[in-house]
Amino acid sequence: MFYFENRQIVTPGELLAEGDYIAGNNTYKEGFKIYASRLGLVEYEGRTVQVIALNTIYIPSPGDQVIGKIEDISVNGWTVDINSPYKGILRANDAFSKPFKQQRDNLASLLDVGDLILAKVIAFDRTTDPTLTIREPGLGKITQGQIVKVSPAKVPRIIGRKASMINMLKRETECKITVGRNGIILVSGPSPENERLAILAIEKIAQEAHTSGLTDRIAEMIRREKGVKT
Amino acid sequence: MSGKIRLIDENGLRVDGRKPNELRPIKMEVGVLSNADGSAYIEQGKSKILAAVYGPREVHPRHLALPDRALLRCRYHMAPFSVEERKSSAPSRREIELSKVIREALEPAIFLEKFPRTSIDLFIEVLQADGGTRCAGTTVAALALADAGIPMRDLVVACAAGKVDGVLVLDLNDLEDKEGEADLPVAYMPNLGLVSLLQMDGILTFEEFKQALNLAVEGCKQIYKLQKEALKSKCVAIKEEVEEACLQ
Repeated sequence: MFYFENRQIVTPGELLAEGDYIAGNNTYKEGFKIYASRLGLVEYEGRTVQVIALNTIYIPSPGDQVIGKIEDISVNGWTVDINSPYKGILRANDAFSKPFKQQRDNLASLLDVGDLILAKVIAFDRTTDPTLTIREPGLGKITQGQIVKVSPAKVPRIIGRKASMINMLKRETECKITVGRNGIILVSGPSPENERLAILAIEKIAQEAHTSGLTDRIAEMIRREKGVKT
Repeated sequence: MSGKIRLIDENGLRVDGRKPNELRPIKMEVGVLSNADGSAYIEQGKSKILAAVYGPREVHPRHLALPDRALLRCRYHMAPFSVEERKSSAPSRREIELSKVIREALEPAIFLEKFPRTSIDLFIEVLQADGGTRCAGTTVAALALADAGIPMRDLVVACAAGKVDGVLVLDLNDLEDKEGEADLPVAYMPNLGLVSLLQMDGILTFEEFKQALNLAVEGCKQIYKLQKEALKSKCVAIKEEVEEACLQ
């Protein structure tokens, strides 16, 4: 038995469903009752009950692409702020092409405090901090573009169903947009004007993530903005 | 204690004109501070309280971190200007105690085990005090936690009941608290039906205690409705705005 309609707003603790259902994201089950554990929109899909949260906390998971900022340099690696309760660990061996030697290699010359990197989480098990890697094509130090920060909860919305939203954004603004799972987004385009437009659109998506027909509305907004300028 | 001030008049109304089982007017707002991860503000009668949540984040100092769950740290603090006579801003015995009881009232509602080795820092700042601040503080703290996106079993809502001039009353103000016979603050998780804070100051018979507890729980349920509304109002407003724009 369902207690709400699809896409209604629910608060933590509200009873969502009773019976033989599966508790999805942001819900929890006690006996045969499923309750919400976060503020968000409820979604009933088949036997699964889930809540699309309005705000979440980024918990690293292996395989996630994230954007982070070098926070500190230690003896054999860097610590990276990845907008999460846990800080990322990037080991020196991962960043140098030949085996890392303390006497020879200078960590700061490669990545200094304050540098931004695009990385991938390779391991995380809650008892130790997440390990990152930059040893894959496309990963590494970020040298150009602008950064936008949104709640990690909005990331799926910015990508959209089958990447529809992000592809539209890229097409309309001619920007390269790299979305980190931790809610940090890199926008780099041919001109600052294009970047401004993309950032504006991303902020609007984050703001109105829980409304329907968003892709069309954003596309319209970008076209309108472009029209004003040219 | 009694005799000097009449707390219940001949019509059975209280000093501020309320009926015995009536709450003070309550106003709540969520997301009032942009620096904090979550925040909320409450006005309950003349009491005005602000709450801010930071985290889950790294624990400082490091040795306080717990290996299996998050550490909840709570600071209840009264601003020096919150009461008529200036209150020293250093935490008093009472404030340290309230920080502890509010923390313990909220702890069972939060999924602390989802964030091992981190801390959730909660700040409750009383801007103006007129009784019932531990309850209003708990209510507003739960809102701030939900706003921060921290997973919770249920919201926590608190309300006091008590006895003044021999009458059981709901949601005591400062005068009733000081001059009355008993005060019974209760924190309650409305969907789970669990009590997470129960204190009593003064004397009640067992029968009166039972009635007062029921009264307080009923009060909690009323405040809970406002709490839910406050949480939902923000995104409802955006939704309506968008729908309106679509119609034009």
